This record gives sequence, C-alpha cells and structure tokens, in this order.
Amino acid sequence: MQLTINGDPVETACDPRTSLLDLLRDHLHLTGTKKGCNQGACGACTVLVDGERINSCLALAVQMDGRQITTIEGLGSAGALHPLQAAFVEHDGFQCGYCTPGQICSAVGMLRELERGVPSHVTPVLSEQQFALTRDELRERMSGNLCRCGAYNGIVDAITQFHEEAP
Amino acid sequence: MTPFTYARAASAGDAVQRASGAGTRFLGGGTNLVDLMRENVERPAALVDVSGLAARITESGDGGLMMDAAVRNTAIAEHRAVRERWPVLSRAVLAGASAQIRNMATLGGNLLQRTRCTYFFDAAGSRCNKRSPGQGCDAAGGFNRYHAILGASPACVATHPSDMAVALAALDAVVHLRSASGERTIPINEFHRLPGDRPDIETELAPGELITGVALPASPLYARSTYRKVRDRSSYAFALVSVAAALQVDDGVVTDVRLALGGVAHKPWRAWKAERALRGERADAQAFAAAADAELADAIPLSHNAFKVDLARRAIVAVLEELHGAVA
Repeated sequence: MQLTINGDPVETACDPRTSLLDLLRDHLHLTGTKKGCNQGACGACTVLVDGERINSCLALAVQMDGRQITTIEGLGSAGALHPLQAAFVEHDGFQCGYCTPGQICSAVGMLRELERGVPSHVTPVLSEQQFALTRDELRERMSGNLCRCGAYNGIVDAITQFHEEAP
Repeated sequence: MTPFTYARAASAGDAVQRASGAGTRFLGGGTNLVDLMRENVERPAALVDVSGLAARITESGDGGLMMDAAVRNTAIAEHRAVRERWPVLSRAVLAGASAQIRNMATLGGNLLQRTRCTYFFDAAGSRCNKRSPGQGCDAAGGFNRYHAILGASPACVATHPSDMAVALAALDAVVHLRSASGERTIPINEFHRLPGDRPDIETELAPGELITGVALPASPLYARSTYRKVRDRSSYAFALVSVAAALQVDDGVVTDVRLALGGVAHKPWRAWKAERALRGERADAQAFAAAADAELADAIPLSHNAFKVDLARRAIVAVLEELHGAVA
C-alpha cells in the first residue's frame, strides 16, 4: 500500500489488523501520535487524513491506501514550532503533554471545519453560513479530545489566540 | 483481534458479490466494528470495505433527498438542504459522538451500529444473549441505568445507540438495500427489530445484503423539526433519552406531528401513540404531557432506570414547547 505521510511517499505492507495508529507508531516510528484509550473515546490519537481529523486508533491502516496523512511531526518540530504549538506553550495548554499532539491536530482540523461553515451541537441557528468561535463553540468542537490533567482553560486560550491571530 | 481477510469493494455490485461467504462483514468508517473486533465481540473472517463507495447527497425529483450509504456523518450535518429542510437530522448527527468520529462514520454504518451495553462488550466476563445467543443476560439484573424502558424482552434490555437513526425514524426515511438477488427498499421504522427471543438479529437485512443509501421524503412539516439529547455530560456521550420531533400547529391546534425517542429501546422508537394522542388537540403543555403519557404508559423500567420515564416525559414536552414557540 502507498500513502503519503507528512508529505513523504511511504510504501508499506502490514497485517489487516493493524490500526493506522499502530502503523504510525510501531512500524514507522512516528511516536508523536499517542495511544490513549485505543477505543475512540479520548482523541489522543487524532491525526489528519486528507485534511480531516480522525481517530487513528479506529482506522485500519489498509483503508489508508492512497491517502494523505498529517501527524504532529508534520505540523512542527522542536526547532520550528507550529504557531499553535507555540500558543499551547505560552498558555500552559498542557501539563503531562500526552493528549497534546491529538489536541493540536484536532484543533487544526476543527478550524478548517469552522472555515468551511460546519455547524456544531451548540450552534444556535443552523442556517447561517459562518459561525464565530465562541468559548462554547470551541469547547463543543474540541469535546472529542480529553485532557486528564484538566488543562482545558489553557487549551481554549491557546486555540483562541491562534485563531484570532491567523491571517 | 482474530485474523481476517480484507478487500476493497469497487462498486455496490462488487461488494455484494464479495459478501456471499459466511462470516463476511461490510466495513464502513470502522468506528464501531473495529472497536468491537478489538474486544473480540465481532470476529469476522472477512471484511469488505465499502467506505470508498459512492458518497453523494442528491436532490430527488419529488423534493426529497437521496443520501448514499458511504456519506460521512459530517457531510450530512453540514449539508445545506438538510440544515434548512430536515434540521432534526443535522441536529441529531451533531449531537452524536465527536467531530473525529463524525468525519469517519458512515450513514450505512450508523444504522448498523451495535448497542453500548457494557455486558455486550464484556466478552470475557459477562453473559449476553445478543453476543452469544442462549447464554443469558447479565444486564437485566445488573447495572442497567442506560438500558431500555420500552419494547424490551426477558432476553435483552439493550438500547440502540444512534442519534441519527432517531431523526430518520421521525422523518419516515426509506432504507435502500442491495443483495445478489436484487434491490429493495424498507421503511426505517421497519428496518430495526425489537429483541424478542433473538436479540442477536437486529435488523431485517438478509445475510450479505448491503445498505446502499437512505432517502429522505419531502414535507414542509420537516422544516419545523429539532432534536434534543439528554446525557450524563454535555457533549460526547450516548443518550440517556433523546427526542426527535416535528410539529405543525394551525390556529392553536396540532395539525401534524412526528415524534421519535432514542435511548429507550432496542430500536429508534417512533412514538406513534403520542402522535395519535396529539393530532387535533390544542397545542399546549397539558396536551403535550398527555401525549407523552400515552406513549410512556407502556414503559417497564428496570432496577436502575426508572428515572428515564420521567426524563422522557419532560424531554418530549420541552421539545414540543420549543417547536410550538418557534412556530407561534
């Protein structure tokens, strides 16, 4: 199977039982993506597939043939932080850091959904074309990412700042 | 996870041909099936991946909408026509799961998702007639806070977990199916089964039969519809009780209504009795409560879920009042 990971073409083969998460971590050694619950309940494994956020623990790797995968390693690095990573540092958007790669990949996908005009559970009027990123909207749209340290206030502040400063 | 073979279907026809063998399952977004395989609840010998098949939402000539089975939940929720003409469906989809899961999960898979009963998931330690027919049910006398109050049987008290399907039940959606012997359609309210003595058989699907799409019928009524979900936390949790409703009021009298409940039964529960009780009545809190009572008179609560009866009654009244307020 051939796929693109963080811009690089990758050719690999694996047992059909392998999840995308295990392919990334165990086969390709991209360990930035984290395994939390391994059952779609925590969001730590969130990556972007063709630009959309998904839980990589629930995706079989064999389903990813021909797809473009972006992980936290594709967004920034220690020497060149993605602006959202810098905002998480500035606002203490983490404590242990285990959920952080998933939070950041999820936020990137979330902001694309917002830009596309996707409504949410707390959107008051469905027929509107665009939605402001209020605190309630942000928390609802990020509810698929749990932080057991409870750094939510910092996470919300970091994403809000990144969104407001984005060109 | 037990070993399985994997094949990607090139078309719906290809999919049903590949699914002729016993132990073959169709794979959509995988958000439920992959999880259950990891828990050894599902042990398919072969997966036929239908997640890459057609995923269009198209206007049908009669003012309705045709949605292909591989359409992702997010695509339904954000679709402009759905938001304007079937808002209950958009609301129900947005009330379910997380954004990540809604980006993966498909329409067809949503209808076939299995119960969240913890005894069903616990293959190693619990008895379950749905997972292992004839084994017994540990939920009936166990922790059954999340379980059914309507239509259950001694064999199974599980609930259907879908939000989307509750909206589809209220909207009289039609499920399109394909098998090696041809195509057919079935109304959504006849698609899922009550548990009876065979809770392992959850739908009217024949072995190897594939959901190819769901049709939404047209009605001006549906534009005045909404969905309310009551759960243990404000997001990303399954329903304790949910209500899908559409309401038409003329000169203070209910001229048409659709009502379906989630979280209370083995299938999305169309509240036919409440609808009958409400048609022709004055649109007020008293009539809304009487309609809810007409439906819930049949409720048989379990040891931990008697609260669901009152919760369902209040949720029905609140949703009807909200819709009435919006149209007044």
